[in-house]
Amino acid sequence: MAISESSIMVGFSVIAALLVGLPIGTFLFLCRKGQLLENRFVFSSLNLIVNIIRSFPFLLLVIFMIPFTRFVMGTAIGTAAATLPMMVIAIAHYSRLVEQSLLDVPKGVIHAAVSMGASVKDIIFKFLYVEARSALVLSMTTSTISFISYSTIMGVVGGGGIGDFAIRYGYLQYRTDLMIYIIIIIVIFVQLIQYAGITLARKIDKR
Amino acid sequence: MITLHNVTKRYGTFKAIQSISLNIKAGEIHGIIGASGAGKSTLLRMMNLLEKPDEGDVIINNKKLNHLKGKEIRHIRQFLGMIFQGYHLVGNKTVFDNVAVALEIAKITKKDRTERVMESLRFVGLETHKDQYPSQLSGGQKQRVAIARAIVNNPKVLLCDEPTSALDSKTTTEILEVLKQINQQFNVTIVIVSHELEVIRSLAERVTVMADGQIYDVVDIEPTGVNKIEKGAAAFVEQLKSGGDTNLS
Repeated sequence: MAISESSIMVGFSVIAALLVGLPIGTFLFLCRKGQLLENRFVFSSLNLIVNIIRSFPFLLLVIFMIPFTRFVMGTAIGTAAATLPMMVIAIAHYSRLVEQSLLDVPKGVIHAAVSMGASVKDIIFKFLYVEARSALVLSMTTSTISFISYSTIMGVVGGGGIGDFAIRYGYLQYRTDLMIYIIIIIVIFVQLIQYAGITLARKIDKR
Repeated sequence: MITLHNVTKRYGTFKAIQSISLNIKAGEIHGIIGASGAGKSTLLRMMNLLEKPDEGDVIINNKKLNHLKGKEIRHIRQFLGMIFQGYHLVGNKTVFDNVAVALEIAKITKKDRTERVMESLRFVGLETHKDQYPSQLSGGQKQRVAIARAIVNNPKVLLCDEPTSALDSKTTTEILEVLKQINQQFNVTIVIVSHELEVIRSLAERVTVMADGQIYDVVDIEPTGVNKIEKGAAAFVEQLKSGGDTNLS
């Protein structure tokens, strides 16, 4: 039960990061000074929002978002409600990493694409994502591990999950052995994600 | 073919290009030479609007490029091939895919793409390398892939920005030979920027000499090797005639 709750929270965070964080990170990159869609206002606004969300201590963000979560989800308690702040931090976290990954794409590749008559869409999908794909995978790996870490404190709003289980049944009931088992499970899980991410990134990096 | 009419380019208060007018004829190989910072690459990049002029017009086939909208400019760029000093290949694409991407952008069907990419790779002598990645190629081979990518869409013009500056002399000769063949077999107008006099001398029919964002002189290089100065006299031109210092950087 606790593992499935954690999986839901982390899973939805990964999906939000990919579906929303990736485009926002791409947009952040494209709106920077000297880039294809240079727009100081859009860049500054997005940059500020991402920075503010990432600056929040996560526990405070969860509590700060309670009225919004209640408005959107109808409740501020439970796994589904806990998923919303997780998704918000996931989007901000991954979008920043996407922006950084795209900054590593050599500018000359973009110039070559423009000289071929490529549209912005062509440049994103046929050049930027292709060239930055291993960095994007590594960024997602780092993000997913952070999401697992964030999910462990969601017990504060009744989100459950493996971290909540460890505190409730391990720490509060003096079952240190249980807490250690859970920590071991989390460590193994994180190692597996890290290994899978690095292996995939290495496999698709042909540069 | 390409006319630059009073073009000026500023970066802040610095004038990189100062009211230049230049006419490049269809089918010619035109060299642009000058020391570092003379504005030659900026001038070349204006020809496909990678750099937009602050003043003046870029006219190709009677169309004012800088007056066109985004989609029209992109369409025209598909027929203005360009190669760079740093090749600018996509490291995560194979040789085949690096060339094919130019045709994908031009919305050429997959069936036609394969045939045209292979034809282009055969021309530069790299058909057997089609499944390799740029990291597995030498500098000369990478530049050949970049050339294949630039010509696969049958361009009318090929813009070359210091294409041999990163190559050794033997590879430079080979690349220049490929460029000559492109000009002769397909009647492609070539504009080549270089700071190496030898490169310009061995390839170009007419040379624009630049200094401080202005045209210093325009020189015809005749097939006999005797140069005819069109206007003025200049140290660069003398060097060009006498075969003096071959590096202006």
